[in-house]
Amino acid sequence: MNQLFKMAFRDLGRNKRRSILSALAVSMATTLLIFMASVVRGEFRGALQNGIRLQTGHLQVRAASYDENKVSLAWEDLIDNPAQVTDELKELPQVLDATPRLIASGIISLGDHSRGIQVIGIDPAAKANEIFRQGVIAGDFLTSDDREGILIGNPLAERFGLNAGDQVNLLINTSNGDVDEQVFTIRGIYTTNVFPYDENTVFMPLAKAQTFASAENHASLIFVLLNDQDQAEPVAAALTSSDYKILTWSDLNELSVQFEQFAGAYMVILYLIILGITATVVTNTLVMAVYERTREIGILSAIGMKGRRIMSAFLTEAALLATGGVIGGLVLGGLITAYVGKVGMTIPATQGITGILIGDKIFPYITSADVISLTLTAYVITLIASLYPATLAARMEPVEALHAQ
Amino acid sequence: MEVTKVINATRDFKIGEMETHALRGVNLSIENGEFTALVGPSGSGKTTLLQLIGLLDQPTSGQVFINGQDATRLNRNQRADLRKGTIGFIFQFFALIPTLTAYENVEMPLLLNGTKPAERKARVLEMLEAVGLSDRGHHRPDQLSGGQQQRVAVARALAINPKVILADEPTANLDTENGKQVMDIMAKLNKETGVTFVFATHDPRVIKYASRVITLRDGLIVENNGSSPK
Repeated sequence: MNQLFKMAFRDLGRNKRRSILSALAVSMATTLLIFMASVVRGEFRGALQNGIRLQTGHLQVRAASYDENKVSLAWEDLIDNPAQVTDELKELPQVLDATPRLIASGIISLGDHSRGIQVIGIDPAAKANEIFRQGVIAGDFLTSDDREGILIGNPLAERFGLNAGDQVNLLINTSNGDVDEQVFTIRGIYTTNVFPYDENTVFMPLAKAQTFASAENHASLIFVLLNDQDQAEPVAAALTSSDYKILTWSDLNELSVQFEQFAGAYMVILYLIILGITATVVTNTLVMAVYERTREIGILSAIGMKGRRIMSAFLTEAALLATGGVIGGLVLGGLITAYVGKVGMTIPATQGITGILIGDKIFPYITSADVISLTLTAYVITLIASLYPATLAARMEPVEALHAQ
Repeated sequence: MEVTKVINATRDFKIGEMETHALRGVNLSIENGEFTALVGPSGSGKTTLLQLIGLLDQPTSGQVFINGQDATRLNRNQRADLRKGTIGFIFQFFALIPTLTAYENVEMPLLLNGTKPAERKARVLEMLEAVGLSDRGHHRPDQLSGGQQQRVAVARALAINPKVILADEPTANLDTENGKQVMDIMAKLNKETGVTFVFATHDPRVIKYASRVITLRDGLIVENNGSSPK
C-alpha cells in the first residue's frame, strides 16, 4: 500500500504541470460547487428570513374564514378586538412580539400615474415593526395617531418621483365592498432591501387603516415573532382555537421551501455538468499517463503485478489528485463563501418570484452537510472518472504493453 | 529436471488482412541450470518463443509447461501468479520503473510476492551486491548508466529466486564493456546459484557464453547444439 502511494505520488510528479492543472480542475470544480451551493442556499435562506420578518412572522393568527388571496376585509373574515388577542399572545414566554395588521389592496396614484399596491395598517410602536422604522431613508417613521401620513418603499417613491412630504392619492377597498379614496402625505420612505416588497407595500397606522377601510376594531391578522423559530409548531399546537387559524412560518412560506427544493434539484444538474467537465479533464490526464507508461505497465505485469493492482495504482493517482484538488477547492470555496457571505452579493433589482422575497443582496451560506456531500461527490466523481483509464491499464496485455513505443 | 517445456507451439499474428506465423510448431525442453541462447535472425521467432516461455503471451496452439505446470490452462491472473514466483525477466531496453530507485526496483517483485520486510531488505541488498551496485541503491534509473541499469534489471530478475530468468537481447543497448560486465554477472550467477538463464540474442559475444545454443529460423528450431548441465 505504501509502495502504491509512493509510486502514485512520484508518477504525478513526472508531469507536474499536467498534474497541477488536473488538480486545479478538481479544485475549481469544488470551489464552484461550494460557492454555487452557498449562493442558492443563501438566496433561499435569505428569502425565507425576509418572508418571516416582513410578511409572515413565525406565527400568524387569522380569523378561521380569512382568505389571504382575497385580502378580504369583511368583518366576519377579520379578527375582532385584535388588541385583546395580541395581549394574550404576548403573555406566552415563547413570544417575542405580537402585533395586529390590517391588510387591504389599493391603488396609489399621482397625476396620470397609478399602481396597484398593498396597504398595511401597522402599530408603529410594535417591536416587530422596528425593521421598517430602521429602514427609513427619508422623512420620518409613522406615529400611531397620524391620520394623514403613509410610509412608502423607495422603489415606489422613485417610480413616482416622490419625496417625503409629497402628497399622493390612495384608493383602497373597504369592508363593505366599496372603495374609498384619500390624499395622504408621504411621511417617510423606507427600504427593506427587498425590491418586490418595497415596491408594492405602503404602510399607515393601524387605527387610520381601520377607519379608512371601515374595518373599525378589526385586523386581518396578528403577526407573531417568537424567540426561537423552532418553537413555532409547539406554540401553534398550544394555541389551537375554533375561532382562529394559527399558521406557522413553514405553512406561510411553503412556496419558498418548495422552491428551494426545486432549485436544489435544478442545481444538481449544474453540479453534474461542472463535475462532468472535471471528470473529462481527469480522465484525459490519466489516459495520457496510461499511454505514456504503457511499457512500464508491461514491465510491472511481466514481473507479476496483476491487473487489479495496476488498476489500484492508477486509482491511487486519481485519489491523490482528487485529495489535493478537493482540499484546494474547500479552502478556496470556503474563503470565497466566507467573504461574500459577509459583504453580500448585490443582484439586480428584480420582482423575483411571486411569494418569494428575494433581497437585493444574497449572503451565501453553506451548511456542513452541504460541504460534506459536495466534497464526497467531487471526490467520488474524480475516482469514477479514473476508472476508465485504470481499467485500460489493467487490461493491457503484457506482451503488447512491453512492445509499446 | 525440466524448468520449461514447449510442445508443438505455434503462434500466429494477424495484422490487418495479413497473417504471420511467428512460431510454426516448436518443441523445446530446458533443464534446470541451463545457460541457453536462442539465436536466429530478426523475425525468426526467438522473442516470441521467449514470451511464450515467460507466460507473457499464449500460443495459438500447443502447450507450454513451467515447472511441470501446463501454463496454457491458466487464466491471466494465474499466469501472473506463476510468473511472479518462478520467472525473472531482463529486457533489451533497460526495463526499470523510472520513478523508483534501484533499491525499490529490485524490491518490487518481492513486494508483489508478499515477502516480509526484513527478508525483503536483506534480499534486495544481497542482490544489489551480487551485481556490484551496493552503493547505487538510492539512485533512480536516470542517474545510472545503461550498464548499471541492466545490472539492476538482473538483480530484480534474481530477487525472487526464480526457476528461470528470461533475457531478451540483454546486451543489445550496451557498449562492449558494459555488455561483457552484464554477461559475466549472468554467467557467474548461473554458476553460483544454479538459476536457469534463457536469452535471445544475435550478438556473437553473448552466444559464446551459452552452454546450449538453439537456432530458430522462420518460426522453427533448426539447430539445437550444446548440452544441459549435469
